[in-house]
Amino acid sequence: MAKYQFTVDGKRVSVDAQPDMPLLYALRDDLALNNPHFGCGLAQCGACTVQLNGEPVRSCVMPVSAAAGKKVTTLAGLGTPEKPHPLQAAYVAEGVPQCGYCINGWIMTAAAALEKNPKASEAEMRDALAGLKCRCGTHAAILRAIKRAQTSMV
Amino acid sequence: MDRREFLKTTGGLVVSFAAPVEALAQVAGKPALVPTELDSWIAVLPNGSVQAFFGKMDMGQGLDVAVAQIVAEELDLGADKVEVVMGDTATSCNQGGASGSTGVSNGARLLRRAAAEARRVLGERAAEKVGTPVSVEDGIVSGPKGKTSYAELIGGRYFHHQVEWNKQVGNPMDIKVPAKSKAPSEYKVVGKPIPRRDVAWKVYGTDEFVTDVRRPGMLHARVIRPPRAACKVRSIDPASIKGIRGARVIREKDFVAVVAPKEWDAVRAARALKVEWEPLKAPFPPMSELYQYIRGAKVVKREDEVKQGDIANAFNAAGLKVVQAEYEWPFQSHASMGPACAVAEIKDGSCTVWTGSQKPHFVRDGVARLLGMPDDKVRAIWLAGPGSYGRNDAGDAAMDAAFLAKATGKPVRVQGMRVDGTAWDPKGPACVHRARAAIDASGKVVAYEFISKGFSRQHIATNESQVADSLIGQSMGVAPKPHQIFGTPSESYGFENKLLGWETIPQFVEHCSPLRTSHFRDPVGPGDPFWFRAVRGRGGARGGRGCGGFPPALPQQPAAPGGGESRRRKSRLGEPRQGQRHSVRRSQWHRGRRRRAGRGRSLERTYLGAALLGGARLRSHHQSRDPAHHHRRQRRAGSFAHAFRRGEVRPRLGDERRLGELSDPRDGRRAAVHRHHAHQPSGDRAEWRGRADDPRHSGGGG
Repeated sequence: MAKYQFTVDGKRVSVDAQPDMPLLYALRDDLALNNPHFGCGLAQCGACTVQLNGEPVRSCVMPVSAAAGKKVTTLAGLGTPEKPHPLQAAYVAEGVPQCGYCINGWIMTAAAALEKNPKASEAEMRDALAGLKCRCGTHAAILRAIKRAQTSMV
Repeated sequence: MDRREFLKTTGGLVVSFAAPVEALAQVAGKPALVPTELDSWIAVLPNGSVQAFFGKMDMGQGLDVAVAQIVAEELDLGADKVEVVMGDTATSCNQGGASGSTGVSNGARLLRRAAAEARRVLGERAAEKVGTPVSVEDGIVSGPKGKTSYAELIGGRYFHHQVEWNKQVGNPMDIKVPAKSKAPSEYKVVGKPIPRRDVAWKVYGTDEFVTDVRRPGMLHARVIRPPRAACKVRSIDPASIKGIRGARVIREKDFVAVVAPKEWDAVRAARALKVEWEPLKAPFPPMSELYQYIRGAKVVKREDEVKQGDIANAFNAAGLKVVQAEYEWPFQSHASMGPACAVAEIKDGSCTVWTGSQKPHFVRDGVARLLGMPDDKVRAIWLAGPGSYGRNDAGDAAMDAAFLAKATGKPVRVQGMRVDGTAWDPKGPACVHRARAAIDASGKVVAYEFISKGFSRQHIATNESQVADSLIGQSMGVAPKPHQIFGTPSESYGFENKLLGWETIPQFVEHCSPLRTSHFRDPVGPGDPFWFRAVRGRGGARGGRGCGGFPPALPQQPAAPGGGESRRRKSRLGEPRQGQRHSVRRSQWHRGRRRRAGRGRSLERTYLGAALLGGARLRSHHQSRDPAHHHRRQRRAGSFAHAFRRGEVRPRLGDERRLGELSDPRDGRRAAVHRHHAHQPSGDRAEWRGRADDPRHSGGGG
């Protein structure tokens, strides 16, 4: 057991944990945050994605020790209904999610990609999003929402 | 911020509920929650807004929006004044499962009647104040002598008004009322496109999935399943998890779980726990021999569900092309986006279960039976789950959580790991379909035969109301009572001579830890239409638009039972969507073929009759006649992920309509329905075939 300090959505937090405990369990169980979801625990679906210093990471396999001293951003930290991230506003406008369980991963990953390259082409976005899963088949709507967000970010 | 506050503050949907969901329930004199009380369906809050208590739930298809519109229409309100309260056994009657594709026709039918009756009753009460005739606009009732409102007439009080119930539970549940529902020509609210209500909270993460439920003192559990089906526990070594904080083993016969106060500790304990399993019998046949096994297996039950005309003579007539095919369909997991999760808490003799199951009323019944509690002491609350398809693993998690809550005396959260969801959810049954058709020189199909042989689609029931149908029940020695049923593909062509039937074979294992088969997404199964789609493509005869020479689809939709409303829906352009089920099925066919082509998981054994192509074996997509069509079909046959990366899945831009973005543009019918139906199971035939009176089917599908 060791103590790990990092920030989540701008707040300093401290978690007592085994060093190999995935960050996801710190966020969900210790900090009672909901938005990173457990989908596979194997880094294969992306439902657990958070940003670590702006990089999208799969928190279900990222050890909490690797987050020490870093900035974790979750979906709620990306934007709020009052102050939405352009992607969130676009996802709402396009009515993207169906069951919605995966959508966290798609937004967090796309947000990181757009942060680096706001004018990313469709091909670049597809590459950035590769590996994420959606079982409801909302992929085309996701791309539509990203285009919409890019338009509003210009 | 909860969902309701969120709705209030975001403005997209201006709902100003003065009272929380159960506020009215706190008012004295609440009638019992039974279908015969109007108050079980409709409540008018003090501010005049309305709650509709829906015994189904919406998983992101917009079912609740449709219900809100239908209720608002009958009550002459704006849809924004209607909140749909759903999926909670404490606030709704058992209207069955979500049954996505029939959710409106089955579920909203009842609420439409209830709303019309509420409008009638309120009109009568208003007439005493304002005279007749009365007219209503957005809840304000006007008459010759003045105005009143729903809020004034009944806001915050009960109707205490009886309606007639058809004594059915589940999808067929219905009521009869004196009030007449509006004619479609009078509609002002129904038919208007309005946004879904669940999108924003999912995008901002401002409300809870079932996985997010936390109770004070809650323990985290992981259920330990055997390495494969047909195993019993030989021994457990509790010392193997010594040293993991607070972790302990809960065992009852062959049901094994670990619990711990911290979730990661429960995961560690589940990994560390040493369990020796004893295989019950010789291993299953290897996957490579599965279809051979099915072909040779003893038939438990055969049913020729549809027999029409003279099949034998029709096939023997001269001058016909005979098209034949066999399709091999593997066991399939629902493989929801996340493995199932449920939370259960037992307090003061009552149990509350939070579940992602589409059938919370049946969860309540199952949990009550498992725990030996009366039904009314169990409350099941549906919350959006990690994906929601068919008979997935959600019901098992709820039963496991309830048992563990009782065993530990604490609230328990059961969360499956990926392997639990994929390996142990009920499986779509493996089967072999044999099909043939005879086509005459003009391209007309004169005879059509389709026989499926495989495992029953009802080894376990379509819902979790019986302990025997749950994994926990089976691991405690309660064997399921398999129901032998399979089903036949629907087709909307008017073939003169046809035979549709099925044969079921025995389950591998009947108890302990079986490989359970149940409906896969759709109770009658997406596998059925393979041949039907295929033969359209390879029939080889004339005909337009990929119909392979088949005559145009004829609408043959039966009337809704007890309703009389036609199930034929109108497209947005007002034209009947003829053959819409076809279009949906066709998309499923392409998905299925993708698997076969890409991974070899299911071998398609296709050959055309000698009369057609000299007996050559070929894949259906080799036959596309025009290169562009061929390309589109190939593209759909490829891996979706690869197509996605290659950029072949096209988004639409700007304000283009969103329907049908993945559709073949040449197939307008499919384009129109694809998006709407792609994820919706069509649990309809089970009901329309008269199975509705079978309690095993009352939950419907989806």
